[in-house]
Formats: sequence, structure tokens, C-alpha cells
Amino acid sequence: MAMTTPTLQAPPALATTTEPPAVRRGLIAGALAFIALFLVMPLAVVLAEALRRGVGTYFEAITEPYTLAAVKLTLIAAAVAVPLNLVFGLTAAWAIAKFEFRGKSLLITLIDLPFSVSPVIAGLIYTLMFGAQGWVGPWLIEHDVRIIFALPGIVLATVFVTFPFVARELIPLMQDQGTDEEEAAALLGASGWQIFFRVTLPNVKWALLYGVLLCNARAMGEFGAVAVVSGHIRGVTNTMPLHIEILYNEYKFAASFAVASLLALLAVVTLVAKVLLEWRFGHELAHNRGR
Amino acid sequence: MLALRRPSVLPGFGPTLGFALLYLSLIVLIPLAGLFVRSAELGVEGFFAAVSTPRALAAFRLTFGASLLAALVNAFFGLLLAWVLTRYRFPGRRVIDGLVDLPFALPTAVAGIALATLYAPNGWIGSVLDKVGLKIAYTPTGVFVALVFISLPFVVRTIQPVLQDLEPEIEEASASLGADRWQTWRFVVFPVLLPPLLTGFALAFARALGEYGSVIFIAGNLPGLSEIVPLLIFIQLEQYQYANAAAIAAVMLVASFILLLLINVLQRWTAKRHGDE
Repeated sequence: MAMTTPTLQAPPALATTTEPPAVRRGLIAGALAFIALFLVMPLAVVLAEALRRGVGTYFEAITEPYTLAAVKLTLIAAAVAVPLNLVFGLTAAWAIAKFEFRGKSLLITLIDLPFSVSPVIAGLIYTLMFGAQGWVGPWLIEHDVRIIFALPGIVLATVFVTFPFVARELIPLMQDQGTDEEEAAALLGASGWQIFFRVTLPNVKWALLYGVLLCNARAMGEFGAVAVVSGHIRGVTNTMPLHIEILYNEYKFAASFAVASLLALLAVVTLVAKVLLEWRFGHELAHNRGR
Repeated sequence: MLALRRPSVLPGFGPTLGFALLYLSLIVLIPLAGLFVRSAELGVEGFFAAVSTPRALAAFRLTFGASLLAALVNAFFGLLLAWVLTRYRFPGRRVIDGLVDLPFALPTAVAGIALATLYAPNGWIGSVLDKVGLKIAYTPTGVFVALVFISLPFVVRTIQPVLQDLEPEIEEASASLGADRWQTWRFVVFPVLLPPLLTGFALAFARALGEYGSVIFIAGNLPGLSEIVPLLIFIQLEQYQYANAAAIAAVMLVASFILLLLINVLQRWTAKRHGDE
């Protein structure tokens, strides 16, 4: 990304409303040092370690069968979890933003709940339900259905940790937009689906994309929750983050960082897309984002 | 009698709310409730025995202590970053502004191995600190470093919008009434930033409490010394101590819920303060 030039609307630089130049420079230097230490160096070390043994080793590591199986599993888990939470986000936002009913603020709080639950606990709750010693575990074993240590468990854990992403982008925006346009469409005779696809959806499309982007990044990168329910069966239930852990613990650092670099790339692409969306369509996104 | 909902000409209330509630219950509420039921199987005495073993207590102390310290560090640097990014213009400002969200976007396992490698005795930062006798990786300090990383964006992102909307007029008024710059900052600007600062602090603390992926690589994970609570839950589960794992998790969940409530109150306070200007 290109270095940015100073913008036109620099804040008023009156001596009374800004700090002396020396203080300013000191504060900027402190902030930059903190950023370099905690954000730039971790990103740089991933790249450096991944390429340490050369490009050949790098490509060998990311085309190895177990790595490819991990990539495939990660893509499958995200491909199921993201659309599920997308549909949930849309329905929840429709009910919450377009209607007035009692208990609404409680419902909004409950939707945010998964963000305050530790990923390990997210994995734990499904193990308590579906594990061999869980409530429905024995029944599942009898009927030869596998959830824990199999794909359904991984998908469930991923759905849980990415649960609020789409909903929390859409709800404040759709609340802000109100119901005038939808009501006008309804009075002109549009059906429910017509209102949704022709009025509501075009109004929230960028916020929707924004939520899906963040949801997807988290879905592909989730580690703790998936680690609990996966069982780490190589080539079968190993997602990319889990594969990174296994390689790292086997002291295959270059391979581990090679796989990590793919996820780091995903993170950077997500961030760039996010900034572009905010920059280009900021007024069509929910404001006052807390996190 | 109060109606449950206000009448509307729009269709779809029943199906959408019904689906949202069903999905929320199946994915989140019922499994979470199951956790409390499971830990209740231990009985009151068994529950307290499970959560007060020396190993569990050490893990609680480390997790809460390191999270608190990390949130404090981020309260300070988050305020600094938000201030610098909002008020000053310098080359690369936008890139850095985007980079602040990296801990949200970077998978925790990637952050974990990156930090462990950086702070290992032969790593870029670790080798420098090693010369002055400081060890970070594979010690409790490593836990703190990882938690600083993953909770970094919260304070910045809660303060930034408030700072952006702060009108320069009130600072000008303060200056014209004879306040010097420090007084203006301390008595005019800072009180406005206090509610979002506390909100960001609480969010950062809550996030750090539950963090697992980025910590386990750098921590060393010695029981009683550098073992965090989420890891202890994981280990109990692997040893099929389901009820014990559930009990420890229940304590963490209650702590998270209390924080969530606090955060809600703080956010309402921010919104109120913010709206009054």
C-alpha cells in the first residue's frame, strides 16, 4: 500500500488546541515504537521464518498432502459456517430492526454472547453434549453418528465462535435506516420477498459483505474451539491452524510458518478489504463500531 | 395489557424471529446451559473442591493477573495510539490505522508461533532481552506479552470515534479561558474520553481472559506456574474429567457475564455523555 499524503482536512493547528511540536513528535514516536514491536514484528517474523529454508521448501510445505487436506477442511468448515451465520444475521436483523417488541435489547445482548465466551469453552460445551461421555454421546455411538472428533463438531465450533459477526454489522445499520422505505414498498403492494430483495438488501449490501469478510477470517483462523473438538487426526480432522500447531510441536518450523503465512496472507487481505470498504462505503456501514 | 409487539405493515416478523430464536437456542443457549448443569452434578462441595485445587487457583491467578496487566498496558498505549492516529498527520498513518486491527484478523495460532519465535532466547527480540537477563518466552511474562497483542485493538477502537467527534470549539473555549494545554487535556478532553477508555479496558480484559491460541505457544505451560485457565480446562477434558472442566469453565463464564454487564453499562454511559455534547 502506498504511503498516504497528508489529508486536506488536517485538524486546526492552533497553538491553543494542539501540543508543542516536541511533544507531538514524542507521542508519535512512542505510538510507532509500540506498533512496530507488537504488530509489525510478529507479521514480519512469519514471513521471514516461512522463507528461511528457501522458496523450494516453502512450496514443498504448502503442497504436502496433509497440508492440502488441512486447507480443504478449513475451506469446507468456513463454507458451511459462514452461510449459516449469514442467514441467521439477516433474519435476526430483520426481526430486530424492522419491528418493535419486548425483550429486544436482551436478544441483542444474547446474540453478542459468543464473543465473551472463551473459544476453549465453546469447544467444551459441544463435547459435553456430543462427546463419548456427553448427554447424547452414547446414543450417537449406537447410531454410528460422529460429531466430536469429526467434521460436524468442527463446523459447530466454528459456527459458535463466528455467530455474531454478520448480525452485529446489520442490526445497528438496519435500526438506523428505519422502516420507512419498506413500509412504502409494502403499501405499494410489494410482497415480503420483494421488499427484502429490492429495498432492504440493496441498502445493507456493503455492511453484509463487511460482516461476511470478518466472519470468514475468523472461521478460517479459529484455533481454540476447533482444537477441543477436532481430536487432531492428521489428514482427517486437522484444520490449517491445528496443522500449524502440529508442525510447530514437531519442530518443523519452516513448514509450520509456511502454512501460517497462508493464514497471515488471508488476514492481510481481509484487513485491506475492510479498510477499502470503510473508505469507499463508510457511510453505508454501521457506525460506532465497538470492536 | 401491554402488547408484545407494536403492529406493523411489514411481513415476516414471526418466521424471522422464530428462526433467530431457534438458532440462538440450539447453537448458543442450550449448550451453554448444559455446561452449568454438568458442573452442578458435582454438588456444592465438589464444585468448590474442583475450582480450588492449587493448580486451578494458580491458573486463575495467572489468567486474571496477566489479563489485567495486559488491559492496563493497552489502556495506556491504546489512548496514545487513538490520540496520535486521530489528531496528528504523518506519513503511513492510514496504514498503521488499518494495522491496528491485525490482532482481530490474524489467527491466534499464527500469532502464537510468531510471538514465541520473536521472544525465544534466540529470537529477534528475545536475544536482545536475553543479554540483559530478561526471559519472556516460556515464562508467565510470555502470557502477558501474548495477551497484550491480542487485546491491543479494543481501547483504540472505542476511543477513536469519540475523539473524532470531539469538537475543537470546547478546547478553544478552554484555552481562551486561560487553561494551558495540559489543563485543557486533563480537565476538558480526558473526562470525555474516560467512559470509552473504561469500556475498551473492560473489552480488552474480557478478551484476554478467554484467550488460548496465542498464549499456549509462548507460555511454557508448566502447571502451577505458566498454565492459563483455558489450557487447564482443555487438559481436564482430555483426561475425561468432564465435570471438573465444566466447573472451572463455569467460573470463567460467570466472570465473562459480569464483565459483559459492566461493558453494557459503560457503553450506555459513553452514549449518554456523547449525546449530550
